[in-house]
Order: sequence, then C-alpha cells, then structure tokens
Amino acid sequence: MEQVKSFYETPSPAGLTGIKAWLLTHDHKRLALMYLWAVFFWLVLAVFLGMALRLELMFIGETIMPPEIYNSIFTLHGVIMIFLFVIPAIPAIFGNFFLPIQIGADDVFFPRLNLFSWYLYMFGGLLAVISLFTGDGFADTGWTFYVPFSVTTETNVSLTVTAAFILGMSSMLTGLNFVTTVHRMRVKGMGWLQIPLFTWSIYATAWVQILATPVVSITLVLVVLERFLNIGLFDPAKGGDPLLYQHLFWMYSHPAVYIMILPGMGIISEIIPVFSRKAIFGYKGIVISSMAIAVAGSLVWAHHMYTSGMSDVSVFVFSLLTYLVAIPTAVKVFSWVSTMYKGSILMTPPLLLALIFIYLFTIGGLTGLVLGAAGTDIHVHDTQFIVAHFHFTMFGGTGFAFFAGLHYWWPKMFGIMYDFKKAYIGSVLVTVGFIFHYIPMFILGMQGMPRRYYDYLPHFETGNFLAGFGGILMVIGIMLMFINLWASFRVREPASADPWGGTTLEWSVPSPPPLHNFVEEPKILEYPYDFSGVLARAAKNKG
Amino acid sequence: MEKAIDKTGVKIGMWIFLYSEVILFGGLFVLYAAYFHAFPEDFALGGKELNRIFGTANTLVLLISSFTVAASITAIQQRRKGLAIGLLVFSLLCGLTFLINKYFEWGAKFHHDLYPNSDRLLDSDPGFNIFFGLYYTITGLHGLHVIIGMVLLAISLVLVARNKISAERYAMLENSGLYWHLVDLIWIFVFPLFYLVL
Amino acid sequence: MNEHESEHILSYGFLAQILGGLVLLTAITVGVSYIDWGFLNVPIALFVASSKATLVLLFFMHIKYEGMVIKVSFISTMLVLAFLISFTFWDVAFR
Repeated sequence: MEQVKSFYETPSPAGLTGIKAWLLTHDHKRLALMYLWAVFFWLVLAVFLGMALRLELMFIGETIMPPEIYNSIFTLHGVIMIFLFVIPAIPAIFGNFFLPIQIGADDVFFPRLNLFSWYLYMFGGLLAVISLFTGDGFADTGWTFYVPFSVTTETNVSLTVTAAFILGMSSMLTGLNFVTTVHRMRVKGMGWLQIPLFTWSIYATAWVQILATPVVSITLVLVVLERFLNIGLFDPAKGGDPLLYQHLFWMYSHPAVYIMILPGMGIISEIIPVFSRKAIFGYKGIVISSMAIAVAGSLVWAHHMYTSGMSDVSVFVFSLLTYLVAIPTAVKVFSWVSTMYKGSILMTPPLLLALIFIYLFTIGGLTGLVLGAAGTDIHVHDTQFIVAHFHFTMFGGTGFAFFAGLHYWWPKMFGIMYDFKKAYIGSVLVTVGFIFHYIPMFILGMQGMPRRYYDYLPHFETGNFLAGFGGILMVIGIMLMFINLWASFRVREPASADPWGGTTLEWSVPSPPPLHNFVEEPKILEYPYDFSGVLARAAKNKG
Repeated sequence: MEKAIDKTGVKIGMWIFLYSEVILFGGLFVLYAAYFHAFPEDFALGGKELNRIFGTANTLVLLISSFTVAASITAIQQRRKGLAIGLLVFSLLCGLTFLINKYFEWGAKFHHDLYPNSDRLLDSDPGFNIFFGLYYTITGLHGLHVIIGMVLLAISLVLVARNKISAERYAMLENSGLYWHLVDLIWIFVFPLFYLVL
Repeated sequence: MNEHESEHILSYGFLAQILGGLVLLTAITVGVSYIDWGFLNVPIALFVASSKATLVLLFFMHIKYEGMVIKVSFISTMLVLAFLISFTFWDVAFR
C-alpha cells in the first residue's frame, strides 16, 4: 500500500506548524476534529449537569442544591445541550469531515468561512461560560427564555442569549457553506440522485439552518432590547403580546429539532445498508421525505403553544399540520427496516447503535403523536412527559445517531479501530440506563408531575428515584463508551481504508484521508448503495 | 488551489446570506403584521407623527444609491475605473445622507417625547407605544445595516482604486452591491408601513 | 470559466429607466396614501412596494439573469416568510 501522507501531516495552508496548523486551518477535516473535541467537552459537561439535576430530584426536598441553583442548572443543561451539542454536533463534525468526501470534492466551498464558523462556535461557548461567573448568576429562565420572566429576571439572560445568537450565526454560516458546496462541488458524474443519503440529510438540514435560525436571532435581540430599553413589545401593560414572543421563538425552535434529527437520520441511512450488505430501500423516498420534513417542519411551530392561550383555530390548525409531519418521518423508519429485511446482517457497534436509534427514536416519535394531538397534549403539557419525549427523540435519536456516527467513522478519521466488545457493553449499558431513566418520566408526567419543578408531591418520589438510578447507569455507560474510544488511541490498532465494506466515497480513500481527500479520481457508482462490488470481493476472499 | 474561482458559487453563497437577512427582518415584520391587525387606529396616529418628507427623501436617496451601485458594476465591466469610483463615492454619500436624515428624524421624535419608555408613550394608548417600539427597532436595525453596507461599499471602493477589483474579478463589488440593494429593499417596505399608514 | 450570464452588462440608460420606474412608483404610493380607500390602503401600499422590490431584484440585483438555483431559492425564502407571517394569523386573528 502506497504511503500517502495523511491530512495530519499536511497542514493547509501549507507552512503552518504546531497549534497554528489547527487554529488557522482551512482543511475541513481538521475543522471537523476541532469541533469534535469542543463538542465532547460540552457534551460531558452537560451530561454531568443533567446528572446533578436528577440526583437533586431523586429525593423530596433539597438534596444537593437550593432551588435557585436548580433553575440555573436546568437552564444551563438545556442551553448547552441544544445550542452546543445537539444542533451543531453532527453537521459540524461529520458534515464537515465527510460531506466533501462523499461528493468527491477536496473541501467545502468557503474554507475560510468554515474556519470563521468554528471561531463563532467557540466564542459563543466562551460567552456561555463567562455568563456563569458574572452578574447575578446564570439565566434561570429555562432554555426557552419565555417573556416576561426573561425580561424581568436579574440573572444573566442578556449574556446567555447573546451566546445563543453567536452560536446561531455559526450554524447559519455552516449551512450556507454546505448548500453552496453541494450545488457547486459535486464531482463530475454525480447527479442529485447519486448523492449519498448522509449528504442529502446535511443538505436538507442546511436549508433549515439558513432560513430558521435568523428568526431566533431577531427574537433574542428583542429580549435584550426589552431588558435594556423596556420598549414593551411583549408587555401587555404597554400593548405587547407575550404570545408573539412564543410564536417567534418556536418558529425557529421547532425547525431546530429537525436540524437536530435529519443529520442523525442521514447517519442511520448510511449505516443500515452497509451492515445489511443491501441497497437502501426507497432511496428516493428518503430523499423526498428529508426535504418534506424540512419544509413541513417549518409550519407546525405552534404545537408548542396549545395551552398558551392562543386561539382555538390555531390549536386545531397546528395540530392537524403536526400530524402531517409525522408521515415523512415514518417513511424513513419503514425504509430502514425494509433495507434489513433479507439482507446479510453483519453485527458491529455502529449497527447496534443504529438499531437502538430506531427503537428509541420510534418511541420518542410515537409519544410525539400524543403531544401533537391537542386534546391529549393539554393533559401532559409542561410535565415530565414532555421531558421524556424530547429526550427520547433528541438523545435516543440524535444522541445515539451521534454515537453511531462516531463508531462508524472513527476508523476513517483516525486510521485506528476501537475495541468492539467494550463498545457493545457501553452501548447496552447506556441503553438500559436510558430506558430506566426516561420511561418513569412518561409515567410521572401522566400522573401530573410538572417539568422544571425543583420539588414535588410525595407520591412522585418513587418514579424520580428510579429515574435517578437509571441515570447513573446511563452515565456510566457513556463514560465507558467514550473511554473505549479514547483507548483506541493508546492501542492504535490500525484500520484499513474500508473496514466495513462501504460503497460511499469516503471508504475509497485512505484512513485517515490525505489533505485533498482523494489519491485517484473518485469512481462514481451508478447508484450510491450498490453492494455488488463489495459482495463480489467478499466472495473472492472466501473462495 | 489552482482552480479558477467559481463566480456562480460565490454568488449563490451571497444570496443565501441575503436570505438569512430577509428572515431576520421578517421576524420583525411578523410583529408588525400582528400588531397592525390589533391596533389599526393607533398605528395610523403613529404614522401621522412621522415626517413624510424625511421618509420620502430617504426612500429616494436609497433608490438613487441603488442605481449608482448597479451602475458602478456596469462601469467596472466596461473598465471605466474612474466612473466606477465616482459612482461608489456618490453611493456612499447617499448612505451618509440617509443616516444624517435618520439622525435628525430620531432627534425630532425624542424632542417630542416619543422614545421607548418616554412619559408620552407610557401615557398614550398601547398601540401607539407599540407603533413606536417597532419603529425604533426596525429603523434602528435597518440603520445598522446601512452602516454595514457602507463599510462593504467603502472596502470595494478601495479595492477598485487599487485595481484589486477589475473587469475580470469583481465579485466583491457585486456582492457588496447585493447587500446594499437588500438594504434598499427593506426600506422599500418600511417606508409605506410606517410613514404612509392611513 | 467565463459564464455567459456574468458577462451580461446592463447599460446606464437601462438602469436609469429602472430608477425612473422606481421613483414613479414611489410618487404613486405617496399620492395614494393621501386618499382613504379604507382597508384597501394596506394591500395597495404593499402591492406598490412589492412592485418596486421586484424592479430592484430583477435588474439592480440581476436576479432576472441568474440561474435556477438562485431564482428558486429566493422565491422559496419569500414563501417561507409569507407562511411565517400568515400562519401567525391563525392565532392573532381568531382570539
């Protein structure tokens, strides 16, 4: 095998050394890894914050923190998880690393803008950290910053929402970069219907990033303006309507959940065919449903507001539209399962995690139907039921897709393989812990326990105790999973260019890839999930 | 990289950025629409407080500056560097005129006790307060974008003078122009919604 | 690579005509605003504004001569904005 220099050995721009080769890089692969380490930091921090919350909730009354700290901790947990992990992680890490390679390009269209996006991400995170230690403490409004409390509370709301604004800019510019890249840099011969599904998912996501993020940007600006100038735009005493804040906020934050899940689904769409040795079922269906989710998902925002006091007409309309969005989402689940049917299944950690994704996300999605129907939502709105629902979708969904992507693309990014057995154990432990952690919350919610409450009635204690227990298991599983990945750097078992038998272009280049990604002209398959070559090679090796 | 610059790609990137700006202002227009529906008479009263002459003058100033910016691109394409510079200078002066007008307008409003949290606004009907809340927010954000646009045009001006922008390479000018036209577009809607409310 | 569209040069005369149209429309919208047409004043004002915007977009911003990607994505963005504003009215108009 020819010794090709990997991108680690070849800085871009050329001539940079040491830390500058990373901090001033134009290479999408280096940027992806810089995002990876930052995201790991935020994820671990937010996981421990979440654990602290659940430890507090395990027993009635004060356990480990007073109520004001509790309010700030759940706000911080939400802000970090949503703006620093779930929204950016998959696009910024795997999108950056693999989208150009999957389309046969040598980088994104605007490499310097890409670098700038990373600095915006880091700066936003820094502001969030600073807001912990200045003023009257971290915001205690919940990550949704609802008025009037976000305007009147003395905590550091302005700094926190500014951090969110900056993170939004990073997200938006990344989306801009990816759209332009997909339109202009596909290798000759790769038509739209030959683009891998992960790239398609990033493309659909990018449009939502571009068009939805500015709404929350202006909304957060308005919160700051209200805090400083008290204009009254959301203050009923001055003619304002607080519900308009909620409308504006959810106009972004609902599409944001599709920014969160679409790339995750893209990863699953890559993994399932490879480990079923079978072409994805319904490629076009998945493409169309991805774009349909992006479009339709932007029209259902007020389903977060059924109990807010908005008109009955809008409750009805948004509930109806919400049910329509469920359809393209289900299309994907059917496609994945159909792909596996009569496939030749090869069990690996990425596949296990992808299967767990399907299981957990389906539960999350189905409970979404309970919430989408206005009648049932009224009973469980703002209860622990919602908390369970969005953790099933955002964590069981995007979180596990992130884990799956890590395990799938780890050998490609680093040229080394991890220990499978420990990966399995970690994955199973996280899942078991996850189920014991979040299922009790569904029940607690239906029994009437509100969310964001520091304390609760005695008959909720058992459920909360169980949930805490599950949480501890879950965190141990996550730690085990991450330690196993980190240990691969010590063991350094080398990985080949194509350890899995994949058909998309990233598996045709060395592990790790060279600076410009390709050593020879990329060969486009007529259909991106054509496994005939893979199967032929396997048969030849056997025989 | 040895490849030639993909001008279309650069243009697509710029247009995408403009879309984000459209939606940014769009959020404020959502508020305007909802509040106009709630307070039509108060909005009309608020509109009467605004000076139509200033508003119309500012509208014409921006329209003319859009013309001169577009013309500066034609000039560059025709390799008429001097004309391009002249047109860009004129455009910048238009921007400055707009900002100066805005300064006087706001000043006049402050003088008449019409600013966020003024006694007069606090005492008047809620819709009247909202009208001015939106007025300051939208024209303020717009003014900020005028400044950003002027910075971009100024940078383009310098690059034209230094021959870094030429008939072969004028994407920077084109994209700065697009940004400037967006600023004009937003004002085209702000003007009737605030100054011509009946 | 030189693409045909990027060589498309708009003459000063043509641009001036567009400006003339814009000034005329401005005069119209100011004039109309002195007459009370009831609720029609708003749609008329928005229609005139949209016409002015269209002229700026098509010619000053050159969108008439751009490719499908820009044209379609621009219209889509405007549709998104239209939906954001109009869907809010499901709530606001029926309270």
